[in-house]
Amino acid sequence: MYSDKVMDHFRNPRNVGEIVDPDGVGQVGNPKCGDIMKIYIKVENDIIRDIRFKTFGCASAIASSSMATEMVKGKPLREAWDLSNRAVAAALDGLPPVKMHCSLLAEEAIHQAINDYRERMGLEPWKEGPGHFAELEEHGH
Amino acid sequence: MIGRIYLDNAATTGTDTEVLNEMLPYFMESFGNPSSIYSFSRDNRIALERSRGQVARAINAEPAEIYFTGGGTESDNWALKGAAFARRGSRGHIITTMIEHHAILHSAEFLAGMGYDVTYLPVDEEGRIDLKELEGAFREDTFLVSVMFANNEIGTIQPVSEIGRLCKKRNVLFHTDAVQAVGHIPIDVKAMHIDMLSLSAHKFHGPKGVGALFIRRGVKIENFIHGGGQEKGRRASTENVPGIVGLGKALEISIQRIGTESARQSMLRDRLIKGILETIPYARLNGPGEDGRLPNNVNFSFIGVEGETLILDLDEAGISASTGSACSSGSLDPSHVLLAIGLDHAHSHGSLRMTLGTCTSENDIDYVLDTLPAIISRRREMSPLWEDFLRNEKKVTI
Repeated sequence: MYSDKVMDHFRNPRNVGEIVDPDGVGQVGNPKCGDIMKIYIKVENDIIRDIRFKTFGCASAIASSSMATEMVKGKPLREAWDLSNRAVAAALDGLPPVKMHCSLLAEEAIHQAINDYRERMGLEPWKEGPGHFAELEEHGH
Repeated sequence: MIGRIYLDNAATTGTDTEVLNEMLPYFMESFGNPSSIYSFSRDNRIALERSRGQVARAINAEPAEIYFTGGGTESDNWALKGAAFARRGSRGHIITTMIEHHAILHSAEFLAGMGYDVTYLPVDEEGRIDLKELEGAFREDTFLVSVMFANNEIGTIQPVSEIGRLCKKRNVLFHTDAVQAVGHIPIDVKAMHIDMLSLSAHKFHGPKGVGALFIRRGVKIENFIHGGGQEKGRRASTENVPGIVGLGKALEISIQRIGTESARQSMLRDRLIKGILETIPYARLNGPGEDGRLPNNVNFSFIGVEGETLILDLDEAGISASTGSACSSGSLDPSHVLLAIGLDHAHSHGSLRMTLGTCTSENDIDYVLDTLPAIISRRREMSPLWEDFLRNEKKVTI
């Protein structure tokens, strides 16, 4: 059912944990949907220096969280913001169609953490692109 | 990793070697069509009737009251739709429960779409219906009550005899989906006033794709599969002779060992339940305690952990089990049974069902007890839901 990459990131998730003194935190999802993701970031010169996550959810949710954190670690904030759930799913060699919404969780959590950081810095939060919301509605999240 | 530990016997079981050996001659040697009149088919007709006798004896029915079907789901569909369609145009009222198998629930929904009224009885926190509530649900036009004998997810055994008595008093048909109970706990359709009963061979080491519906003599039920004259014309289609032979043999064996096996499995079940409660904090047992629960059923919720995660981690450790979480089923909603017993979504998503079988040993149970706590705590440590849960718990205790 799952690709080897999904199983690898599910069994040995990267960047699990918390950051004691984070620059930004994002938490999305709820127990009703069955998945919750919390992300902590440490930012230096607009670059994500460290990132940690905690996820309650199925294997797709955990693997997407792990892969997404790997993909944005060391990246400028703008680049991290532009990471799409499709890119995360593709990096995992695909997810089953019913599980695609799990990869959105990571994208949303990263966006929240980045905007949390921007707000702490007194900056205007970035806005979601129109494509993003269309996808959210499509998956009923 | 040691050999695979199979703890999903409520989903299906492997076919017994003895059962398979009994079936084999009916594939290549005695393959004749039981409906043919030459002597070559005689053995097959005898085999069919032998199996019918075995099934009848197992539930204290008459052989003529046993109809072979393609499995438990077909039996359930036939019981509900057959009873409904026998009313010939006049609709009416069906009473069932919120925790039935989808074979019943979706058949009931289908009939509701055709104009029949359906009442879904709620259950208490252990999954049992309230007999007073059943009494209150009867209407003038109630023609059928369908309540499962034992629940497939949480193992709750319903007060079947009492339900049967209430239905008999009101002259209402009583059907029970006994797919999880037959061969596992004693059933007597006469003493329990059961009018129709569904069973399935692969739940007690018989082959898949074969089951039976017990229909008490005199019960009005419409024929379900139209075609030839098989099963007295009530369920057409050339008989699955090897499957039916396997069904009869598997049930005969199960009944022979029902006393010792149910005692043995109950002991292992209680050892597993006790061990989990002792070693895993905030483990919630779903379904009744020792009494009123299927001997082979264990169902827990572990707050903070998602069910699919658990199943895959256990799989890696060589243990096959199942869950009522939404993610495993591809739907967004967790198990209707767990919601019906009052679990919140967080607990429902974190459920684990382990169902024991004749092959389950004490060593298997000990291995699970050695393996499971570490899996739970590792996943909880990376769960924001667990973090929130603990924070709230601390607030409450302070």
